[in-house]
Amino acid sequence: MSEFAVELRNVVKRFITPEGHEMVAVDHVNLQIRHGEFFSLLGPSGCGKTTSLRMIAGFELPSEGEVLIDGQPQGKKPPYMRPVNTVFQNYALFQHMTVFENVAFGLEMEKVPKEEIRRRVGEALEMVKLSGMERRRPRQLSGGQQQRVALARALVKRPKVLLLDEPLGALDLKLRKEMQLELKALQKEVGITFIFVTHDQEEALTMSDRIAVMNQGKVLQIGSPMEIYERPNNRFVADFIGETNFVEGEVRSMEGEWAQIYIPAWGRELSGRAGPGLQVGQKAWLSIRPEKIRLLDEPRVNESIQGRILDVSYVGADTRLFLEVSGVRLKVWEQNRLSSLEATHFYRAGDAVYLALFRENVLILRRE
Amino acid sequence: MNPYQRSWFVRLATILVYFFLYAPIVILILFAFNASRTNITFQGFIPYGERLVMEGSLVRASPCGPFHWFCELAKNREVTHAARNTLSIAFTSTLISTIIGTMAALALQRYEFRLKTFSQISLYIPIVIPEIVMGIGILVLFTQLFSLLNSLLGLSGDARLGLGLGTVTASHIAFSIPFVTLVVQARLHGFDKSYEEAAMDLGANEWVTFWRVTFPMILPGVLSGALLAFTLSLDDFVITFFTTGPGATTLPIYVYGLLRRIITPQVNALSALWVSVVFLAVLAIQRLENRQV
Amino acid sequence: MLRTLRENRPLQGFLLILPTLVFMVGLLIIPLMLTLVVSFGRRSPDGGVIFTFSLENYLRLLGYERNCPSGEAVCFNPLYLQILWRSITLAFNTTVLVIVLAYPLAYYIARAPARWRTALLFMVLVPMWTNFVIRVYAWMMILRKEGVINLALGWVAHQLGIPFQPLEMLYTPGAVLVGMVYEFLPFMILPIYTSLEKIDLSMYEAAADLGANPWRTFLRVTLPLSMPGVVAGTILVFVPVMGTFVVSDLLGGRQVVLVGNLIQRQFLDARDAPFGSAASLVLMVMTLIVTYFYTRKFGFGEEIIAA
Repeated sequence: MSEFAVELRNVVKRFITPEGHEMVAVDHVNLQIRHGEFFSLLGPSGCGKTTSLRMIAGFELPSEGEVLIDGQPQGKKPPYMRPVNTVFQNYALFQHMTVFENVAFGLEMEKVPKEEIRRRVGEALEMVKLSGMERRRPRQLSGGQQQRVALARALVKRPKVLLLDEPLGALDLKLRKEMQLELKALQKEVGITFIFVTHDQEEALTMSDRIAVMNQGKVLQIGSPMEIYERPNNRFVADFIGETNFVEGEVRSMEGEWAQIYIPAWGRELSGRAGPGLQVGQKAWLSIRPEKIRLLDEPRVNESIQGRILDVSYVGADTRLFLEVSGVRLKVWEQNRLSSLEATHFYRAGDAVYLALFRENVLILRRE
Repeated sequence: MNPYQRSWFVRLATILVYFFLYAPIVILILFAFNASRTNITFQGFIPYGERLVMEGSLVRASPCGPFHWFCELAKNREVTHAARNTLSIAFTSTLISTIIGTMAALALQRYEFRLKTFSQISLYIPIVIPEIVMGIGILVLFTQLFSLLNSLLGLSGDARLGLGLGTVTASHIAFSIPFVTLVVQARLHGFDKSYEEAAMDLGANEWVTFWRVTFPMILPGVLSGALLAFTLSLDDFVITFFTTGPGATTLPIYVYGLLRRIITPQVNALSALWVSVVFLAVLAIQRLENRQV
Repeated sequence: MLRTLRENRPLQGFLLILPTLVFMVGLLIIPLMLTLVVSFGRRSPDGGVIFTFSLENYLRLLGYERNCPSGEAVCFNPLYLQILWRSITLAFNTTVLVIVLAYPLAYYIARAPARWRTALLFMVLVPMWTNFVIRVYAWMMILRKEGVINLALGWVAHQLGIPFQPLEMLYTPGAVLVGMVYEFLPFMILPIYTSLEKIDLSMYEAAADLGANPWRTFLRVTLPLSMPGVVAGTILVFVPVMGTFVVSDLLGGRQVVLVGNLIQRQFLDARDAPFGSAASLVLMVMTLIVTYFYTRKFGFGEEIIAA
């Protein structure tokens, strides 16, 4: 067994658009996906995540670079020669076959004996909790059930890697949440490497061991959900995953992992964790998550900044405030730890507040 | 497009089938310019000349040049008469069948009424039975009806009722209606009832709603239905064959009668004209359909 | 009056369908019923119809013969059964050949880039809408003794120095088959194309992903999913081939007599409307049976509209 389940080496994919322009869908992507890992490709639509997945499956061939599965270069191998299987976005269930025939199809292609096919299809359907549905047609199933058939159909082949192309996109929110947990449990159970494509950041955070964030054909950051959320490499990642406040500034000094940034709008320097590639004198972003800004009623700490509340909305778990701080707008989320009905004070639009930006919560990111 | 989906076999078969479809048509058109009157071998194009010069069965020169046979065609009384019949039948039957078929499509798509299933089945019958069966049926009906009427009304000689333009036109209307209905129904099916409901909600009655909302939206469907009816009528041979009478010869009937006796370049000239008309008609239909999307 | 109409939607619907019903009943249902009535009648000496109830015309189609050469009262004459059988086999052969030719072309068009598809379809529609009789004529020019094929063969033989005897191709069963295939090929291409075009690309990808090579993908996925198109096309080809008399008349001469020719001659030459009516109804019933069982097995839908 080689070190990685799937490896992409400097993979480029170019398309010619119908208008005749060349478009780079995947731009020098390098990925190393470990055995047994739940790996997500996350990004907005058109970022190249689906194209990357399709190149692993063999539906597209890279214009440059190489795709390796279990250490084997795939070259121009057609999909039916690759040890991976796909769960399609629209499930792509064969409408002219029953559930059983759909799941058995891949095994028949391997010329597995009839008896074994029956056994393995039975097991696969049991695994996705669809026992007893063998004779139904895909059309007679609900969206969630079709999704499970697609899963069983791919998993019954015992692929080295399972590729999932936004498989939960067509389900409603509640079902999607259920399926997220189920999929994750299933992956732990079967121990197969999953590569999961999604544009839903929450989905990726919930399910993945590691996430690669993509935009405009490039991989911007690879890391665990916590790393991606807490230590985004650049503004795009910080913005795409969760919500973030950005304030323009200039790097004044750096010391180890810390940096000082000067914010012209506020006429003061603040301290924060330095992002990658930062240089003194460079323009930069001060970035801080809305839930990590502390609100104070009075200027207690030296570093506290005065602002004014523009708007308040109560959303249950927390209260979301929109502040204006010397011409800069900031979002702040205060968790409602006490019942809001019993709280001793309320935030009101127009009130003055003080806020503290602790340097552990501040990230200073390069401005490109 | 995936690389593994178009094999050389499919490409080769495609080229051969297109060749099979077009070679006869190309030969047909080429021979419309043949200098030989017997039209057996191709003897070259006809040069221009002041007067018609014949040499045996060869045309040496003609005022119309290579288009000699087209000119002959225009001078042929029988052809021009048949062309006039064909067009008048096609125009009349298209107009009437388009109106009636559109009404039927509206009824079937938007209304519930008695006899709906019966109407739907009767509209499907002409599509699933051979044309000759319908043609024979209409022939039997008209001969029995006319002989009854003639004897009842005591008509004789030229006053006797018989097959002619009227019977052909009526039959063309009958077989065009199902096709117009299908096309317009498909178009109606494609757009949401809510547009009409919105119009009525804003105070338009059925009549106004139809003309201001429904009709503009289904117009492309109605037009392609009309074009279909027109082409079907122009093209029809079998039903016309059984329902036509003296003086109501159409072009296909005329050509058929001719072919059983002789082969002349005039028929090729007519065919060439026909292919060009079809070419333009199909182009128009495709344009219309593309605009629908 | 106007108010009742405005509030009565079923009445509105009925009024809209009324003209259609008039035409369909008047020129389809009544004629078919009249054909049935006439088919039980007898031919009068002047070519008219004597209305009785006799099954003689149907028995005659089945081989029951009155004018026996041997002088017996009744004898077996298989002529009409042979004609029926010939029509069925010809329709069957034509349909099979047409499917074989139409499928790759339809497949090619369905998989072609979108901007080429319109043009490729256009090239199918032009021959399809060119007049039926004219298309038969084209084959007369090609197949006759001095026709294009014989000319070409003769030229080749001349170049090679081989003696050449023109082939007799016109007025043979083969000519009728070629003519039928040519006439009805487009009516198969369009429905198959429509059903192939509807197949989502992900179906092919899923099959390949599950290990099916292109050939097995075709057999297990493409072909079954395009069956509605093949079925619709079969009906659009089989039914008219059964009833056509023009192709056999012009390309088969007196050699190839089909049901269509039989019916036509009964009405125009023999002036035996009752026997012609019976033959016409038998033809209709045969095609309806084929259509019914065929569609019940596979089902067909909008593909038939496509053509």
